Amino acid sequence: MTLLKGAVPYGEGDPVDILIEDGFVSEIGTPESDGGEVIDAHGLIALPGFVDLHTHLREPGREDTETIETGSAAAALGGYTAVFAMANTDPVADNPVIVEHVWRRGREVGLVDVHPIGAVTVGLKGERLAELGAMARSDANVRIFSDDGLCVADPLIMRRALEYSRGLDVLIAQHAEEPRLTVGAQAHEGETAARLGLAGWPAAAEESIVARDCLLAGHVGARLHVCHVSTAGTADVLRWAKARGTQVSAEVTPHHLLLDDDRLNTYDPVNKVNPPLRTSSDAKALREALAEGVIDCVATDHAPHAPQDKDCEWSAARPGMLGLQTALSVVVRTMVQPGLLDWRGVARVMSERPAEIAGLPDHGRPIAAGEPANLVLVDPKATWTVNGARLASLAGNTPYEGMELPGVVKATMLRGKLTARDGQAVR
Amino acid sequence: MKHLLSCDGLSRDAATAVLDTADSLKQTLLGREVRKLPTLRGRTVITMFYENSTRTRVSFEIAGKWMSADVVNVSSSGSSVGKGESLRDTALTLAAAGADCVIVRHPASGAVHRLAGWLSHTHTSVVNAGDGTHEHPTQALLDAATLRERLGGLDGRRIAIVGDVLHSRVARSNVHLLTTLGAEVVLVAPPTLLPTGVSGWPVTVSHELDAELSAVDAVMMLRVQAERMHGGFFPSAREYSIAYGLSEARMRLLPDHAVVLHPGPMLRGMEIASVVADSPRAAITDQVRNGVHVRMAVLYHLLAGEEEVA
Amino acid sequence: MPRTRGAADPGERRELLSAGDVARTVARMAHQVIEKTTLGGTDAAPVVLIGIPTRGAPLAKRLAARIAEFSGADVPTGVLDVTLYRDDLRRHPNRPLEPTSLPDGGIEDKLVILVDDVLYSGRTVRAALDALRDHGRPRAVQLAVLVDRGHRELPIRADYVGKNVPTARSEGIEVLLEELDGRDAVELVG
Repeated sequence: MTLLKGAVPYGEGDPVDILIEDGFVSEIGTPESDGGEVIDAHGLIALPGFVDLHTHLREPGREDTETIETGSAAAALGGYTAVFAMANTDPVADNPVIVEHVWRRGREVGLVDVHPIGAVTVGLKGERLAELGAMARSDANVRIFSDDGLCVADPLIMRRALEYSRGLDVLIAQHAEEPRLTVGAQAHEGETAARLGLAGWPAAAEESIVARDCLLAGHVGARLHVCHVSTAGTADVLRWAKARGTQVSAEVTPHHLLLDDDRLNTYDPVNKVNPPLRTSSDAKALREALAEGVIDCVATDHAPHAPQDKDCEWSAARPGMLGLQTALSVVVRTMVQPGLLDWRGVARVMSERPAEIAGLPDHGRPIAAGEPANLVLVDPKATWTVNGARLASLAGNTPYEGMELPGVVKATMLRGKLTARDGQAVR
Repeated sequence: MKHLLSCDGLSRDAATAVLDTADSLKQTLLGREVRKLPTLRGRTVITMFYENSTRTRVSFEIAGKWMSADVVNVSSSGSSVGKGESLRDTALTLAAAGADCVIVRHPASGAVHRLAGWLSHTHTSVVNAGDGTHEHPTQALLDAATLRERLGGLDGRRIAIVGDVLHSRVARSNVHLLTTLGAEVVLVAPPTLLPTGVSGWPVTVSHELDAELSAVDAVMMLRVQAERMHGGFFPSAREYSIAYGLSEARMRLLPDHAVVLHPGPMLRGMEIASVVADSPRAAITDQVRNGVHVRMAVLYHLLAGEEEVA
Repeated sequence: MPRTRGAADPGERRELLSAGDVARTVARMAHQVIEKTTLGGTDAAPVVLIGIPTRGAPLAKRLAARIAEFSGADVPTGVLDVTLYRDDLRRHPNRPLEPTSLPDGGIEDKLVILVDDVLYSGRTVRAALDALRDHGRPRAVQLAVLVDRGHRELPIRADYVGKNVPTARSEGIEVLLEELDGRDAVELVG
């Protein structure tokens, strides 16, 4: 039994006390608690626990950069109660054995619900479909499939994947990148890349795939999820597709909301990510599209990398950034502070919509009596300074190093059990 | 000045100082039997070339030797560079071994900026001898030195840069340097060989060489790398040559005083007709000669003054 | 190295030589050169005056003019920048190079008289001797300075001295010349 005293759900109205019993919210208002733990939540906002549709936990294969255990700790500290682990591990999560391993490790660690994402194609090669059904029916109960890191570029394979997914009621999440247009690409194709002599990654390489996939999904009557939307043009395509009834959802990363390719001038690969940081006007369009609902949710694309894979020349560096522990703060900075989203909106884009998209029944639920106690307490007034070395991830490749960011996660609760409190993961 | 990494951001005063020093050095060495100055005696200069380039490496080596520096050449074969050692470790090793200056050519754009960052706590200077498709500042400086010599100055002069701008570090460095020194630059290339973001550059762009030639004071032909010719950037070498090659007929469209530059190595016939390359208005051997003096000047400015730990 | 001239200096300034003194001093040095080099004599080596930038260059020209006036002999002059030969480059901010121009006949087998404004540590003269060696082999080298302020750090002495001025190391000597500074004077700054 735990009593959260004085929290403000969704940042709306008067502070209330929330009583949690047996993993559920049992009472809200001024309940009596006898004998249980009391958490002083005065001044804190209560939100449903966050759901990340896009996380790289690196296990199996690159346990030197992140493990399911360290990644789970980072997730709990970031306010997450569920994460979806991408399939581009080594070996690739394209079969029941790997996805069940990931799922089981996540349960053992117990800090966050770890849902493996299965690969769409065998070995992420884009050539033939992986056994989606076997993964969906495995203990891991895989709900989302993606070749993320690589695009399912062949239109026929993509069509078949979308078509086939319908029969399993699972979701295909596409990393939209036309590979022929991004051979050797290093940076957003624009003025900065032209000046720095970095091979361009044109916006159209993303937009053309998103447009194609929306048309294919519409044609075969399947759902489609678009990973890490990065351009204003993609937002326009999504707006158009949604208007004509396509079942498409989309995510945006915190870094594409906040950062732009001005960052590249130092050639520090901590800013190298795929899709690349775009222009400031793209970032503005993405913030607006997220506020408007054209982009459904925020997903981190948390991508830990070893120092030697970042402390090198730009073109040799691996793309990706840490994101789990900084996502909320970046959303507060880019969306809440400018008035684009209120706290209910934060709950929508970081918890409710991603849970809906993934079909998670017990996450992203209202804060109400009888609902699962998957909650996060946020101090909206506090700020913190990012220090990569002190984040829970094994890797330290955060692009926000040294930045002072608003919004601090004070506690995270998974089915009534504290998983993070005051900056410490609770095992 | 501790490093020379790019012409982007190089001030007019700093660039002019290097060019003036190069002029003085050229005068100083003119007609001498002993072409050796003691200025950098006891200083160690390491050239580190991750791409083949005999002409640039030799030019730097001669520059260092004429200034009495000890010059050590490291190339990617026959050193730990070929054994998969990281650029960072190689750089820190060379700095620890006593390099006062490392001169680096690397296929990755920005590699020299990373090096300068890793060496920021040491006294070691970094000179960019060409990084990927980014910049090649000493080439631009020697081009500017040659143009100053031939044209008397760069203010108000109009220079056409012709060819594969997209992949050219020479073009990027020259755009920055020549405009900083007061010249107007016009880039002439098919749209496929211009960067998408070229609109942000302080230049005008043209796709028609013939329309530009009568109004320029100099034309700089860029190298077209063989791999580009089959990369679909243009239909054929023949079509490129017809539209953008500097033929003898085109040379006649140039004003009498106009100079022809080429950073070399030249593709005679395709980029530039032999008659043009060997004509008196071609300053191609001057470029090579000035290259040594410019690189001596760069070493002088980086190494001869007070030690800087930035 | 002399400091920047003419600009407002916080230290106290005292005039050591007036414009008239400078003219008389140069004239006296010209006489000494004529006498000591037996200028015009049959056995005498041909003399060239080589100024060390910055102020040695106009001084060499003035000296040559006086010599011509007094003896009728036309003495060629030149300028020798010694910056590239200095051993103290690392102790100072980077300095621009000055042009070097030697007289048409060169210095081979000539009696070279180096001309500078102030003789102090002797390091500039040492650098000049090294620089000369790279241009040829003079029969002999002599040194003429307007002011010798002492504090030598090398075994070097001047053959012709306009004025000996005992100084403290903390003090500075500034030579001002019409050609560069708009007026002639020698001042002690300290």
